[in-house]
Amino acid sequence: MSILIDEHTRIILQGFTGDKATFHAREMIAYGASVVGGVTPGKGGSTHLGLPVFNTVKDAVRVTGATASGIFVPGPFTGDAIMEAADGGIRLAVAITDGIPAQDMMRVKRYLRRYPREKRTTLIGPNCAGVISPGKSMIGIMPGHIYKRGRVGVVTRSGTLGYEAAAQMAVLGIGITTSVGIGGDPINGSSFLDMLQLFEQDPETDAVLMIGEIGGPQEAEAAVWVAANASKPVVGYVAGLSAPAGRRMGHAGAIISAFGDSAAEKAEIMRNSGLEVATSPSELGATMHRVLTRSVSRSAASKPQQAAPAHQAPDISR
Amino acid sequence: MDIHEYQAKELLSNFGVPIPRGIVAYTPDQAVYCAREIGGNRWVIKAQIHSGGRGQAGGVRITTSEHEVHAAAADLLGRRLVTKQTGPQGKLVQRLYIEAAVPIAKELYVGFVLDRRAERICVVATPEGGMEIEEIAAQSPGSLLRVVIEPAVGMQGFQARELCFGLGLEAPQIPDATRAVIGAYRAFRDLDATMVEINPLAVTADGRVLALDAKMTFDDNALFRRPNVRELRDYTEEDPREADASKFGLNYVGLDGQIGCIVNGAGLAMATMDMIKLAGAEPANFLDVGGGASPERVAAAFRLVLSDPRVKVVLVNIFAGINRCDWIAQGVVQAARDQHISVPIVARLAGTNVDEGRRILSESGLHIIPAESLADAARKAVAALGDDVRAGAGSAQAAR
Repeated sequence: MSILIDEHTRIILQGFTGDKATFHAREMIAYGASVVGGVTPGKGGSTHLGLPVFNTVKDAVRVTGATASGIFVPGPFTGDAIMEAADGGIRLAVAITDGIPAQDMMRVKRYLRRYPREKRTTLIGPNCAGVISPGKSMIGIMPGHIYKRGRVGVVTRSGTLGYEAAAQMAVLGIGITTSVGIGGDPINGSSFLDMLQLFEQDPETDAVLMIGEIGGPQEAEAAVWVAANASKPVVGYVAGLSAPAGRRMGHAGAIISAFGDSAAEKAEIMRNSGLEVATSPSELGATMHRVLTRSVSRSAASKPQQAAPAHQAPDISR
Repeated sequence: MDIHEYQAKELLSNFGVPIPRGIVAYTPDQAVYCAREIGGNRWVIKAQIHSGGRGQAGGVRITTSEHEVHAAAADLLGRRLVTKQTGPQGKLVQRLYIEAAVPIAKELYVGFVLDRRAERICVVATPEGGMEIEEIAAQSPGSLLRVVIEPAVGMQGFQARELCFGLGLEAPQIPDATRAVIGAYRAFRDLDATMVEINPLAVTADGRVLALDAKMTFDDNALFRRPNVRELRDYTEEDPREADASKFGLNYVGLDGQIGCIVNGAGLAMATMDMIKLAGAEPANFLDVGGGASPERVAAAFRLVLSDPRVKVVLVNIFAGINRCDWIAQGVVQAARDQHISVPIVARLAGTNVDEGRRILSESGLHIIPAESLADAARKAVAALGDDVRAGAGSAQAAR
């Protein structure tokens, strides 16, 4: 299993016929994602990349049975597109685009709460790299070939730092169940905590890597939850140790503006909550490797009859 | 995007927030003329720069004669005002706001922010205005009143009234104060602000409610639909390199170190800065070339990074997803040739088309130091910095 998406997830793209969506739709299809069509208002009835184009999300869902959408429309229209996805019955909306006004996101989040919990759309992003369940499916813009299938969950604000983590772990033989980019905006669809809860319930995920950055309360909130609830080990890292206060570091949300926003403070909260914190961004893979080795030797100690030798790194790459 | 105090007051005034009479002046003579136009016999002369803490830095003067107005204006205009937010180089005062001075009975603080935890607009207020909110929060956190606004219906009258009574205002001031608070909320919402701060919101000796200072910050992502806000942008207040960067779709923040960074992705860019610091040096900048970077954009990034004379080494770190390593490599080679770059370049490429990218760099005949990983890149950049500094010291000695 994996979280959010797998090879059976039927995916549409909103803004399907645009340049960016076209490029990434090809990549997603080549990776094995089950892309079943897309939406571009006014181009309904035509085909694109051999797939049907619809005027509305409702039409697309009715005809294709899609349950997930990758949103590639420009920032000014992203809020509208997310709400259309939610109203059209899409269960997972992944908004890749950046540049969405913060107050649009505020209204989008309010809108999503109209639906009862069991029918509510899970929103990932905006301003994110997307979601990939290696070897199964992806909705997003990441280079699929660097991801190795395995048993670690990854949740990250930054897209490229997520690639960095995947590559570092792959070198050490560590694979991934699902990697989720939650995006760099101040208000985003799903938080670190939301994803940690999903990974906690996923039987194929043994451990989670959480990559945060300066700004906002989400990393601390997730760390506190881990301390009280998580049964699986969580490795943390917070980018922006060298970032000065009050300056926005690229991402709209990456700004130290309140107490607890800095990388050092967040890393401290993570450490105090029992997370293993990577001391540098080049130690993401190594830290995860150490944690997995330790948790295997611990379970080996408690269940000696099925123990692997404690000194040996586990085979978590299958 | 930030704007000046006088611009914020004008915007707020359009939403019904009461402000004292004031006019902008660019010369001492204009300042005197403004004072005469405003009338009365006490005026406040306020330096207009994008920074808080202007009062403590001597940027706000009370004057009681036209002579004093002229003298204060002459002293402030052209001066570099150093506040605790500007850094040691300060900010050049190019315009003044001349305002009627009012006798103050009470100073309150009212601020609006987009609260990231509540994901709503929040009002924070306290009866202890005049100080910075950070100080108030540290000294008397119990005095802070907080109201969360439901986005579907907006701020309600009762919320504003509760707030104003909570601030200890008397019945006669409540209607004006509520109007001011709701007006500021509407300005926040309708202009896509991310912060509105009225500090102080004053009660005058004769019982009026007035916004004596105001600060507004706007959401860059929403400027496309706020042309009246967009035109208030003052480029002279911004780091010219940062303004330049935005023209090329680059995200640049100037810092103080010696290693220039060119990276794709905000998170990786921050992580690269962190690695440089951990390796014992300081980054000269944050720079995100963004997705789909063309050779031209990479060349622009080099020009920008090297416009900082402190940069002694450039570190390129690309983990290509949407980007392509071969394009980035072409950009690096083109920049190194066209711009006759003399400082060492350390390049770490990974991801899409990495082999092609590395080949382009190695076959270019240029002295570009390849790096295998993030750690390797930071180590090599810091080592190159050492060599450069040593070489510099050596040639200085030779010259002597």
